Amino acid sequence: MEKIFKGPALFLDRSDINTDEIIPAKYLTEVTKEALQPYMLEDLKLEGFDPKSPAVRHARVVVTRENFGCGSSREHAPWVFEVNGVHTIIAQSYARIFRQNMFNGGMLAIELPKDQIDRLFALALRTEVEIAVDVEAQCLTANGADGTSETFSFDLSAFDKALVQAGGWVEFADARY
Amino acid sequence: MGKTIAEKIFERHLRDEPFAGTFVLDLDCVLCHEITTPVAIADLEWRGKDRVFDKTKIKAVIDHVTPSKDSKTALQAKMLRDWARRHDLQDFFDVGRNGVCHALFPEKGYIRPGYTVIMGDSHTCTHGAFGAFAAGVGTTDLEVGILKGVCAFRKPATIRVNLNGSLPAGVYAKDVILFVIGQLGVNGATDRVIEFGGPIVDAMSMEARMTLCNMAIEAGGTCGICMPDAVTLDYLWPFIAADYADRAAALADFTRWHSDADAVYDRVLDFDLSALEPQVTYGYKPDCVKPVAELAGTPVDQVYVGTCTNGRIEDLRVAAALLKGRRIADSVRAIVSPATPKIFSDALSEGLIQIFMDAGFCVTNPTCGACLGMSNGVLAEGEVCASTSNRNFNGRMGKGGMVHLMSPATAAATAITGRITDARSL
Repeated sequence: MEKIFKGPALFLDRSDINTDEIIPAKYLTEVTKEALQPYMLEDLKLEGFDPKSPAVRHARVVVTRENFGCGSSREHAPWVFEVNGVHTIIAQSYARIFRQNMFNGGMLAIELPKDQIDRLFALALRTEVEIAVDVEAQCLTANGADGTSETFSFDLSAFDKALVQAGGWVEFADARY
Repeated sequence: MGKTIAEKIFERHLRDEPFAGTFVLDLDCVLCHEITTPVAIADLEWRGKDRVFDKTKIKAVIDHVTPSKDSKTALQAKMLRDWARRHDLQDFFDVGRNGVCHALFPEKGYIRPGYTVIMGDSHTCTHGAFGAFAAGVGTTDLEVGILKGVCAFRKPATIRVNLNGSLPAGVYAKDVILFVIGQLGVNGATDRVIEFGGPIVDAMSMEARMTLCNMAIEAGGTCGICMPDAVTLDYLWPFIAADYADRAAALADFTRWHSDADAVYDRVLDFDLSALEPQVTYGYKPDCVKPVAELAGTPVDQVYVGTCTNGRIEDLRVAAALLKGRRIADSVRAIVSPATPKIFSDALSEGLIQIFMDAGFCVTNPTCGACLGMSNGVLAEGEVCASTSNRNFNGRMGKGGMVHLMSPATAAATAITGRITDARSL
């Protein structure tokens, strides 16, 4: 599946969101990624959050805080985002396994410093936000429906970039080892 | 400049450094279970690459939901079983011979000092107790591990945790690791190896060291790790005796993995635990930790003793010693799940199973089961569980349920009173 790194952003204003919240273990009995589709963020503990809301269904980018994706190593967490069209996460930091799983699947787990994450959340308070990522230029632009916008550059290691360009770790490793 | 044990293992296993700071390591063990492996198997088949890099280095077990509870879990088990047969994996553990992966694989002697180990399971960090570099990974890393025998990591910065003093009676490895996680925070060790040392670790059994390393991931750690020593040797000797002239030779060999005295650490933390009290979690993160005394009296609905953290024979002995001649409170239900068939069998011959049954416990087969809310003790909305497992996340043991993590001693005492209880007060 071609990865698309732009679209409406969903803002999850909490740190330490774990993979049990992203995809509860009771759905780990599925053996295809597609079967996970209805359950994204089903157990997220966040006031006012409704996993069935239009904002969640239409999201293509997720913006969140620290240590996103902690806990279980289940790649079902990146997969449930993938099959819902969310191929970009932007956070202050990640748990190691989740972050690697995103890049291993050819998707983006972008890290921004706290002040820039704060500015994205501030923008989201005022208006609906769409975000577009330019992987090659390593920058992203957040466009508010009110006409305002913010642009940030981000770091991407040579390995992470190679994984995204290759389409994932299996492709990269199979070509090289 | 000296090196840490993790740096020595990386150096010894380095296959490739495709980019500065990216280390692709050769793997000694690729461990598989039925939840995270089937998608890798299906993907390999779809790619026309249904192969394994080395059938002797791949081990597989059905452990998360076993025996299968429905058609979906039966399919997962079948996919793993058929794959293991088709590739002639000698170390595949089916129903009746299966147990919780992080208890079963060490018990079989598969994990050795200096090894590199991956598994599609976050608690793979457990195996660092043997002086191995063992990391939980996702299904894609597992798939590449199965096919190519390699995995990529970033440079392993290490946090050294010195556990000084001696543990008071009634305080266990679980209390130690809960305390350490409380100090580090849930992301305090992200992308770091946690190296445990000091007199308290030296005095610990392998079972206790596994409990310690098991929860490194709850502070974000890639791996927990202990130096291999005479305790490690005693545990592994039946499996490695043929490889060495004698015990002294094996012990001398182990020391080549030891961190150098002048190794460079990201951080060094010193804790004197001589006055540590039993610990328990509150809330929904494993770094929300308090002394048991502060939560004492909190009513619970279920008590769960088992899992890759605390389902080993020592854990069952501690719980049974408290339960002997007592009964659990009428207000609770209690479940014990010995982590492997050998542990179950040993518990049976030591009379522990009878003690659990006389006390009113339900004794289940070895399985991960209730720990992650998949089977064998899922909570209902609003219910509270006192558990010897490793995660208290929202919904972990069942939607709307609440989990308090604690040692087997605290869990047994809590079963007796029906409320969170310091076992030393009984």
